[in-house]
Amino acid sequence: MRHDPLPMADLFDPPSLPEPFQDWFKARGWAPRTHQLELWAHAKAGRSALLIAPTGGGKTLAGFLPSLIELAEEKKAGTKPGAPRRGPHTLYISPLKALAVDVARNVETPISEMDLPIRVETRTGDTPQSKRSRQKHNAPDILMTTPEQISLLLAYGDAEHFFAGVRFVIFDELHALSPSKRGALLSLCLARIMRHAPEAVRIGLSATVAEPDRLRGWLMPQSGTTGDLVLAEFVLGQPGSKPEISILESDERIPWSGHTTRYAMSDVYRTIGQHKMVLIFVNTRSQAELTFQGLWAINDDDLPIALHHGSLDRTQRRKVESAMAAGKLRAVVCTSTLDLGIDWGDVDLVITLGAPKGASRLMQRIGRANHRFDEPSTALLVPSNRFEVLECEAAKEAAEGNHQDTEPPAVLKLDVLAQHILGMACAGPFAADALYEEICSAYAYRTLSRAQFDRALQFVSTGGYALKTYERYAKLKQTTEGLWRLSHPRFAQQYRMNVGTIVEAAMLKVRLVARGRRKPLGRGGKILGEIEESFIDQLAPGDTFLFAGQILRFEGLNELTALASRSNAEDPQIPAYMGGKFPLSTYLADRVRAMLATPDQWRRLPTQVGEWLTMQQIKSVLPKRDQMLVETFPRGHKHYLVCYPFEGRLAHQTLGMLLTRRLERLRARPLGFVASEYAMAIWGLRDLSLMIESGKLSLAQLFEEDMLGDDLDAWLAESSLMKRTFKNCAIIAGLIERRYPGQEKSGRQVTFSSDLIYDVLREHEPDHLLLQAAWDDAATGLLDIRRLGGLLSRVRGKIVHRSLDQVSPLAVPVMLEIGKEPVYGEADESLLAEAEAMLAGEAMARA
Amino acid sequence: MLERSEETGALQADAETITLGNTSLVPDLSGALWLPETATLLVADLHFEKGSSFAARGVHLPPYDTGSTLAMLEQAAARYQPRQIVSLGDSFHDDSSRARMSERDVARIRALTGATQFIWITGNHDTAPPDDLGGTIAGQLTLGELTLQHEPSGGLAFSPEVSGHLHPVAAVSRRGRRLRRRCFACDGARLVMPAFGAYTGGLNVMSEAFYPVFPSGKFWVWMLGRDAVYKIHSRHLRA
Repeated sequence: MRHDPLPMADLFDPPSLPEPFQDWFKARGWAPRTHQLELWAHAKAGRSALLIAPTGGGKTLAGFLPSLIELAEEKKAGTKPGAPRRGPHTLYISPLKALAVDVARNVETPISEMDLPIRVETRTGDTPQSKRSRQKHNAPDILMTTPEQISLLLAYGDAEHFFAGVRFVIFDELHALSPSKRGALLSLCLARIMRHAPEAVRIGLSATVAEPDRLRGWLMPQSGTTGDLVLAEFVLGQPGSKPEISILESDERIPWSGHTTRYAMSDVYRTIGQHKMVLIFVNTRSQAELTFQGLWAINDDDLPIALHHGSLDRTQRRKVESAMAAGKLRAVVCTSTLDLGIDWGDVDLVITLGAPKGASRLMQRIGRANHRFDEPSTALLVPSNRFEVLECEAAKEAAEGNHQDTEPPAVLKLDVLAQHILGMACAGPFAADALYEEICSAYAYRTLSRAQFDRALQFVSTGGYALKTYERYAKLKQTTEGLWRLSHPRFAQQYRMNVGTIVEAAMLKVRLVARGRRKPLGRGGKILGEIEESFIDQLAPGDTFLFAGQILRFEGLNELTALASRSNAEDPQIPAYMGGKFPLSTYLADRVRAMLATPDQWRRLPTQVGEWLTMQQIKSVLPKRDQMLVETFPRGHKHYLVCYPFEGRLAHQTLGMLLTRRLERLRARPLGFVASEYAMAIWGLRDLSLMIESGKLSLAQLFEEDMLGDDLDAWLAESSLMKRTFKNCAIIAGLIERRYPGQEKSGRQVTFSSDLIYDVLREHEPDHLLLQAAWDDAATGLLDIRRLGGLLSRVRGKIVHRSLDQVSPLAVPVMLEIGKEPVYGEADESLLAEAEAMLAGEAMARA
Repeated sequence: MLERSEETGALQADAETITLGNTSLVPDLSGALWLPETATLLVADLHFEKGSSFAARGVHLPPYDTGSTLAMLEQAAARYQPRQIVSLGDSFHDDSSRARMSERDVARIRALTGATQFIWITGNHDTAPPDDLGGTIAGQLTLGELTLQHEPSGGLAFSPEVSGHLHPVAAVSRRGRRLRRRCFACDGARLVMPAFGAYTGGLNVMSEAFYPVFPSGKFWVWMLGRDAVYKIHSRHLRA
């Protein structure tokens, strides 16, 4: 097997493509690429393979060539006698509906140009029911679909027949899919597909990842806990030209903190003017809104600049996409909805506003520019604050050195397992031994113990409680032969309603109405898109906010619709949360720390940033790469402690909660804390410097790893983040049903609270499967406990303390966040007290 | 961000009494209401065996709700040592709750009804509460000037009234966070109690169902926090 990219001339005696394909390549003026031929050779011989190639390298075509060639030959020879196929020949599975549709269009091109009798169809959540049921008994040759649809198809009683004839399964964007719970579910589905069609060849398509072997293993049936990982073949495409990455050098002052990049708007606007088509990536929807508004405010040349994010109405998004494809736009401001491989035109520059947070994410975004493979992609990074300058520099270096920090595949998700077990019961009665064996052949569950499997089975059947009171209400019952079967067909219906692992935040439609109107007239005004219910909950009628590129005035709620009118206000009153939703990757964090510790490297940084770091050296100290700096200083009547772990906002938030508890016990009387991506500041009433000097407070003990024991446990009992994590697990595992908009008439008013279940379960059965699943998620998700654990063990014995008279230069950014940060659930009690005190005061003043 | 009162460095915890007519009542953090004058403890909407009623439909909620509810009731009783306990209706989630209840929980209820004067007021979920658990059953109860019943009346109030049924919760927004908690709601003429049961959901006090109960639209709520009860006027509440 060759891993090195070779020039075409050196190619091992190239297997030549069959005629129509050769001609087709020739007619287009192309030659088949090495990796396309290599992948075809493997697939033809029945070997599964992972293809890693950059965007624009003909990756998708490579994935489809084997099945197109085989289908073309099969059709030419006529249907094989004795083996009429009921189901599809090829399954193509992509993480996005839009991508499935887009790729279907691209695959149609060679099919129609070669005039091949191959039928390609998509099947997604948007496919009409009639077409979906037709597809079940009259399947297309190539079915383009999503993981959720595969789950649904596998749960039908006739799945065996539908999948028996599958020859190829193509997984697109496997690097994006595998780290999520969807990836875990798909891994289980693959194990089941392999049972129906043992000969099916798996083809994985992926962008560059840190550890390709994991994805190679993901594609193969594994042999349980003991054996070595079985690997698929590996085909490496020729890397594209090195990207040209620059960091914006603005004459404007780079802000200390914040995420708006507002300072750079005129620079960004000027850059758009110098390019044909620019993609501007931001990290959140609200940032997209702000940027779009900011650019139009200075759009003197009336450049066609559009907005694209997941909350916008679908028709609006489609409009932007087709305008892009037609080359009618000069710039699109977008969120990660455009991250994945959708190909919409001739982008010649990618701008990322705000630090990209991860090296691999940056490279994938840059890949969006210039789909012509031989030319370098160009990208401009715009840091939104001074720390982000360092982060952008680190990301640029990493991208130039092609260092990856992708997430590994998700494994052993117990809530996903429970959902899958129910799905398999919907398909037909099963023997526990056989299903266990099948599940262990899935990469994501290869180390699943029999005990864990049995608990999941019990959970699906009766809830899996120690108190066995639900036997008579069991969803699964054992037949006399010992097979597990559904006790009632309505549970299959229930399963279909709840399939999948994406638990969306509750969304409300935003409808435009006339000012002052609380109810829509007639059919009502235009729907602008959807917005998080939690955001709308903050608004009082009359508040203004940014949405769909305009400033809106909130008028009120009408059932599941938020009514809003156009506003003339210049600035929205309600600022949205501006932080990124992705935490800084561990890899980049380490590089940033290294940069701080190496003054030689500062020369590359903008002067203002270099000066800032130099001042820090003079006034305090800059820690070495493996150290953590802690500063204490007084300000106002309070005493502050600032530490700089660089582990991302989520881990810092958890750290802040736990330190608050510890400082309380030490009688330091902590009052509050604030966390940023880079640092955490906590303040209280007692002189922390003095406490440290007098030995009353030991920093080594304060940051001792044992805080992840009892302190964490006590906090988790109340943490709303933990409750949200639990709720997602409970929905995925099928304990509570999804809420669909409009399903309950007064959905917002009466809800069965998963928080209540959490409290009761935690009290009575703390090691229940669902709590374990939630804990596992919390380790990496909203609480990022694993990363915090890594931090605490990393800094043991390496804490550098400075007690200062005033704020240090490095502390300024995080200090500026105080008062701007949203408050998370942990502060509930103090907020209630504050509400009572302040509102009572207000009420008194008014009376 | 988290911030606490600067003066004390601690959370506030002064549970105010509620005045209804001429009677003083103490809202307890558990959701129970204490009447010192008659040494009576009130609870509403216990919904025993709500969990198992879901189980029959294939939703296997943890089967511990009745036990949890009883534990809270036992604790409240131990704290106040009441002469009398009144459960304001919907004590049982449905007509077969009794049949689904574990022997252990039955024994705990009998212990409670044996130790005090226990009155089961009927509700819409339990028009005929089981009669083998001790205590007496009533449709309505007069206690001094107070009328105790399951469903609140509407319009003009003729006598001070305590009820349940609506499961009131209140929501406030502070610093970009929305907090939703069970609460007592009272306009001086009527008092609606929060649901006490472990699996009971809630209805926002700003929703239409409360319009006839508090016709003036002005009332106070006592929100149940973790450490204390917080009194807030209706004008500051969110829908």
